[in-house]
Amino acid sequence: MKARVHVSYKTGVLDPQGKAIGMTLANLGFAGVGDVRQGKLIELELAESDAHKARKLVEAMCEKLLANTVIENYAIELDNE
Amino acid sequence: MKASVIVFPGSNCDRDIQIALANSIGGPVDMVWHGETEMAKTDLIVLPGGFSFGDYLRCGAMSARSPVMREVVSRAGQGVAVLGICNGFQILLEAGLLPGALLLNAGRNFVCREVNIRVENSQTPFTNRYEQGQVLRIPVAHHDGQYFADADTLAELRARDRIAFRYCGIDGNGDAGGPDYSPANPNGSIDDIAGIFNDRKTVLGLMPHPERAADPVHGGTDGRGLLDSLVSALS
Repeated sequence: MKARVHVSYKTGVLDPQGKAIGMTLANLGFAGVGDVRQGKLIELELAESDAHKARKLVEAMCEKLLANTVIENYAIELDNE
Repeated sequence: MKASVIVFPGSNCDRDIQIALANSIGGPVDMVWHGETEMAKTDLIVLPGGFSFGDYLRCGAMSARSPVMREVVSRAGQGVAVLGICNGFQILLEAGLLPGALLLNAGRNFVCREVNIRVENSQTPFTNRYEQGQVLRIPVAHHDGQYFADADTLAELRARDRIAFRYCGIDGNGDAGGPDYSPANPNGSIDDIAGIFNDRKTVLGLMPHPERAADPVHGGTDGRGLLDSLVSALS
């Protein structure tokens, strides 16, 4: 089973890269873009085929390594859920 | 006094701190590879600066989960002094030995220059050779040095005298600068924080590099006091 983990900064955490992207979009003439936040996408191939177990497993991975929950949120997507 | 420097793949200030510490101690300093699961008895553990594991995922994320870190966390729990410099500070945060996180510099640039920092608590094993409020001139060299902590953590750090150093103007007075990049605060750190202690003041993490201002040939010796403080406290 494939899992996708989206990691993004929590509200209130300054994201200088997102700010730079927003400024560059404005420079290119894209109007009406508000706050821009840059995150990460991590794709995992799992041996586990049970969706519930897979989600629990990936949650543990997020808590232990994939996200720093002091500054980041994570969202898990499974391909057959 | 016995000191040990942990060497991660991508550490690049490990030799610098080894030499600076050996000069202060007047004896050899152990180097410990990150893959070790055991460590000889030691009074001080140093996590050096560098770009361990290429800063993959997040700065310090991989190193904080290295085999040797289980031993480091266990020794820290027993009260052994732990010093994390720059990447070492990032590793201490990722390992949960200190609270908060280090983000990309607010100005987005890699900052490599001397900064002024003010000693905020001189009553610790790391700072006893300094005066309270003394201003030190010490180099920084980092891309991810913007200290961040939530409001509760920040209040706790202030209330328990856990802020070790703050970036400041050359006279040591006043605000280092605005919330974003300013000449005094090189990275936009919240409350101008350059270094913090754990509650017992046995763990210190800081972004500036004391080992790069520890010998007259460096152009400054303000960092030597930190190493000499440790020798006074731990010998």
